[in-house]
Amino acid sequence: MSRADALPAEGSHAGRTPGPLWSLGLFRSELVITLRRWRTLALLGVLAVVPVLVGIAVKIETRGGSSVGHRGGDGPAFISQVTNNGLFLVFAALAATLPFFLPMAVGVIAGDSIAGEANAGTLRYLLVAPAGRTRLLLAKYTTTLVFCLLAALVVAVSALAVGALLFPLGDLTTISGTRISLADGLGRALLIALVVAASLVGVAALGLFVSTLTGSGIAAMATTVGLLITVQILDQIPQLDALGPYFFSHYWLSFADLMRDPVQWDDLQRNLGLQALYAAVFGSAAWARFAGKDITA
Amino acid sequence: MGPVSAAETEVGGVDDPVIHTRALTKRYRGGQLAVDALDLSVPAGSVFGFLGPNGSGKTTTIRMLMGLIEPTSGAARLLGHPMPRAARTVLPQVGALIEGPALYGFLSGRDNLLRYDAADPTADPRTRRARVAAALQRVGLTAAAGKKARAYSLGMKQRLGLASALLQPRRLLVLDEPTNGLDPQGMREIRALIRELAADGTTVFLSSHLLDEIEQVCSHAAVMAQGRLVVQGPVAELAARARGRLVVTTPDTSEAARVLKEQGVADVVVTEEQVSGEPPEREPAELNAALVASGVRVRGFGVERASLEDAFVALTGEGFDVAG
Repeated sequence: MSRADALPAEGSHAGRTPGPLWSLGLFRSELVITLRRWRTLALLGVLAVVPVLVGIAVKIETRGGSSVGHRGGDGPAFISQVTNNGLFLVFAALAATLPFFLPMAVGVIAGDSIAGEANAGTLRYLLVAPAGRTRLLLAKYTTTLVFCLLAALVVAVSALAVGALLFPLGDLTTISGTRISLADGLGRALLIALVVAASLVGVAALGLFVSTLTGSGIAAMATTVGLLITVQILDQIPQLDALGPYFFSHYWLSFADLMRDPVQWDDLQRNLGLQALYAAVFGSAAWARFAGKDITA
Repeated sequence: MGPVSAAETEVGGVDDPVIHTRALTKRYRGGQLAVDALDLSVPAGSVFGFLGPNGSGKTTTIRMLMGLIEPTSGAARLLGHPMPRAARTVLPQVGALIEGPALYGFLSGRDNLLRYDAADPTADPRTRRARVAAALQRVGLTAAAGKKARAYSLGMKQRLGLASALLQPRRLLVLDEPTNGLDPQGMREIRALIRELAADGTTVFLSSHLLDEIEQVCSHAAVMAQGRLVVQGPVAELAARARGRLVVTTPDTSEAARVLKEQGVADVVVTEEQVSGEPPEREPAELNAALVASGVRVRGFGVERASLEDAFVALTGEGFDVAG
């Protein structure tokens, strides 16, 4: 403990004016910290493994030249096309992970965002730093959205790699029956990954809101994932058809419409609109809750 | 980092209290009154000891001062600005250790500080690494800076928490039990650091349950009990409030005790060779004369100075947990 190494001279104590871009430091720190958590890497790892399993399963099942998806159930969308063109594994893997794996991963990250900091006690130190409640919430939500994008891209890239390795690549046939080039197909794959990422915006906002309600990261994660499952079950009940269009998962699989020629935008737009609505409603709720909350943790 | 405008430094004036609360009250949702009409005034440049038994409302007060908890009623001003409204302008000038350190266990000590510094929008990212290194040096953690925080001992965590309060030059430090978990050598180092910071002009608001710590480092103190402020003022005045005890050393203890009771001494306690009690409002020499007149052989006669602990017990009516 030496006095010689005093803090760098900064003139006076008072009146530091923040630089215009310094505020981004919190977001960057948030992103780096999220990606350094073992849990985040594990989630991304699981997401990367799903396309590998799907690819291998299809390869084994079609070894004798038979086609998939015509015995028993249909399996995930696009799966019957995978043997003809490895690129379809990207669509099949996204269709397989979107109902559960992807939103679960997002729910874990979003649910932990505020509650996890409260649980560790680090929230009070961030707030007296002072991070600012609105700024912290924005940094948390933005980081969760970046994770959504990253998660969708991890699935897509892993599927593309496995698809290219196990199956032929080439021109593909759209759902409408027209032929498009591989380059066009890759472009649509990227677009689909982006739409899938955007489909998770609602779950992310819901998770953030739940996260402001409790001081336990685990409870927030469990609640978010529980809500996710509940909503998907409710969406399957015919008697609740009237509510269907308001469930955040209702239009998720509309990304398949991007494989039509021409693209059918109706459900895609409804999906994106619904996600924006969820983001607005639960984002505001999270802010209203967090801005006035007594931090006792 | 431009020069500081005169208007900004003059806010509140140099001699105005650094912490000032008026009828500050917090009632939790369950109806429990945690802090009751607190009027606290911490002078600039003081080392202010904040004392009270567990559950007396110290931490709730600190949380209200730092803008973590909204007061039910009343007002708190920090560095002349209202809290929690002015949190963004005031808190960068305040370093805090609240209810022990909280760290990211999976990050190194250094990365923990980088994280907390990034949370402050007024912290210059260009000097961040240098400031973190200086803060680590100041609390003696340079050698352990690369270790994961989960592997830190309680004392090391406490030091890292202190370092996070020292990332910037501060006008006020709010330290809740800063020597908790430290060994005696660590305690001495931290107390020396606190004196050093105070000598630089930083006001230090120190909550502690170690009375000798308060006596050693604090110039002022406030005592809370059951959510209310019992007393505040310079430490010397507080200690003077508790009246000293009269102590008579004599082989004739029973006779001495009888005479002292006659003379109006209360709470007379007889031990081997000594009789003590609370002196009445009279000239002590008269008591001595009365003892000698009754044939008591007086070997020693005097009034023992009261310690802060005596003052504390007298004020709160409660014992206090004094760690050795």
